[in-house]
Amino acid sequence: MTIRNTITFASIPTDKGLKAALEKEPKSVINDVIESGLRGCGGAGFPTGIKWKFAAKAEGAQKTVICNADEGEPGTFKDRVILAEWPDLVFEGMTIAAYAIGASSGIVYLRAEYAYMRKMLEECLEKRRQAGMLGAKIAGKEDFSFDIHIHMGSGAYVCGEESALIESLEGKRGEPRNRPPFPVEIGYENAPTIVNNVESLAWVSAIFANGSKWFKGAGTKESPGYKLMSISGDVKLPGVYEFPFGTTLSTILEAAGGEDAKAVAVGGASGTLVPPNNFACKICFEDVPTGGSIIVFGKNRNLLDVAENFQEFFADESCGQCTICRLGNVKLLEGIRLMKQGQCTDQHLEDLCSLGASMQIASKCGLGQTSPNVFLSVVKHFRDEIPRHPVAENDDQKTEKAKSSNLFQSVVQLFRTDADTAKNNSGTNKKGVSA
Amino acid sequence: MFTHSPKQQRSASSPDTFEVLDEASASLRDEIDELIEIHGENRNALIPVLQEIRSRHAFVNSFAMQYVADRLGVSAAEVYGVISFYSFLKESNYGKFAISLCRTISCDMADKARIAKCLQEKLGVKFGETTPDGMFSLNWTNCIGMCDQGPALLVNEQVFTHVTPKKIKEILDGCRKTYQENEKGVS
Ligand SMILES: Cc1cc2nc3c(=O)[nH]c(=O)nc-3n(C[C@H](O)[C@H](O)[C@H](O)COP(=O)(O)O)c2cc1C
Ligand code: SF4
Ligand code: FES
Repeated sequence: MTIRNTITFASIPTDKGLKAALEKEPKSVINDVIESGLRGCGGAGFPTGIKWKFAAKAEGAQKTVICNADEGEPGTFKDRVILAEWPDLVFEGMTIAAYAIGASSGIVYLRAEYAYMRKMLEECLEKRRQAGMLGAKIAGKEDFSFDIHIHMGSGAYVCGEESALIESLEGKRGEPRNRPPFPVEIGYENAPTIVNNVESLAWVSAIFANGSKWFKGAGTKESPGYKLMSISGDVKLPGVYEFPFGTTLSTILEAAGGEDAKAVAVGGASGTLVPPNNFACKICFEDVPTGGSIIVFGKNRNLLDVAENFQEFFADESCGQCTICRLGNVKLLEGIRLMKQGQCTDQHLEDLCSLGASMQIASKCGLGQTSPNVFLSVVKHFRDEIPRHPVAENDDQKTEKAKSSNLFQSVVQLFRTDADTAKNNSGTNKKGVSA
Repeated sequence: MFTHSPKQQRSASSPDTFEVLDEASASLRDEIDELIEIHGENRNALIPVLQEIRSRHAFVNSFAMQYVADRLGVSAAEVYGVISFYSFLKESNYGKFAISLCRTISCDMADKARIAKCLQEKLGVKFGETTPDGMFSLNWTNCIGMCDQGPALLVNEQVFTHVTPKKIKEILDGCRKTYQENEKGVS
């Protein structure tokens, strides 16, 4: 059993939201979404209605609606459950979006790991075409035609980033683009495009079925409504839960049976580690935000193991465009391994932290910007976990230290060279071949 | 046999080496022509075409890379660049059944190490390798969205959760059985 409490989507009748939306003018559809306060559920939390408004305003013939079903953040599986249980709500949400911005084509970017759902989703699409809810003249509306097709991913976490996703759809390596321009202006095939998360689109259908006031009535001022959470790790009842925004982490842990946790990763590998003295925090954009991943670590877990696992993930998944992200993640990983052996000096630890801080500001996309987060949280909140070198060093240790700070210097050096080259080449779109 | 010429004019980068094709390449070429017919003769078709070749033939060889490049009007290096980017296209060990075990944190905490050890023992190969009979390849993968039910793994497109050593035996037996049945079906 993956679904653990009452999920609103289970009570929303198919096509109720879509039919209600199609009775309104596109402009007022967008206003309703803005009114509801819905914020993107893919992680960044950008207000969905505002995104749609930009796309509606943008000039361009072939606008596209993309459903981001690349769900790759470690510890996230709520989109899988939504697609498996309520695919109609997701397709309806895409159709409402298309109507609102004037798009005629839709694409679901489905991660390769979810290929086993493809057949079921295709069948659902076909049923919707048969029922007149997809294709030409949807629900009898003369001037509204829209269809959806499914495009398979090929195993790359970074393709969940919206501009990398678009590159991938265009048959290229999934390397994030410079932004601006944002996809709402220049997206898929250079036309205005909206990319929305699976869950965001399902909430759109629910909002039109139940009214935007209903949604706005729940949650907090800056994070209205409800959110699905994927809970895994050291809990008695792992699975998908729904909570209103603003629910405290301790309430969530209680529901899942993980109260005695030593730490909780909120937001997956790119989120932060919350220590027990902050379990009273609220899950919402104004306190601790998340795309829905909650991973719980019990008393006996070694948090350096956790940081190592996440850093391996990022070293593997970095697209390689930015030196600071490509090499920084490798250096952090090496540093964590040194720490586990008790080989890390205070100086080296400090260097690693400042490398992490540089990665947060100098990386081009969210992957690099967030990749040092968990490591930095361990250093900040769980410094006791890091076995350290004695302060007095013998000669061997000095060499070791010199070696490791040289490693750091080499990253800094490479980064500088890279930045210089980038400056000299600014404007040209350079693409390397191997990551 | 050798009269076929690609619909698109050959680019300067590809000399007329296709006139003398072995049978396997000739049939691959026809297959690619068909796939391009379905997915369209443009750059957007590149990944779907590669995915299809990969799933039918287990890997995309250099002939296929060059031919797809010519048909879609891009360089072979770009095709290779795309293949090397995506983990589901680039893996270099291919079995009829590709086993990918999740190594990410939740599965890690659910003792994926025990499952990894068991798989290596049962198959007699390490991660990144293929069994000598070409039946099974073994690889790591990152989170596959089954974190509440770890340890989790994929066999081709199929997902298995709460994997135990006992379940591994069933999974491997199941694969062998499927293979034998398919063989019978063919002959
Ligand atoms: C490295 C990286 C991976 C991402 N992966 C996903 C993903 O798997 N699914 C998703 O919906 N958004 C993902 N995002 C966020 C998207 O870029 C984008 O913000 C989101 O799809 C917008 O939809 P929303 O506004 O409905 O949340 C990712 C971002 C980054 C930087
Ligand atoms: S930050 Fe990392 S993943 Fe993002 S564009 Fe740069 S190298 Fe690629
Ligand atoms: S951590 Fe293994 S499936 Fe997510």
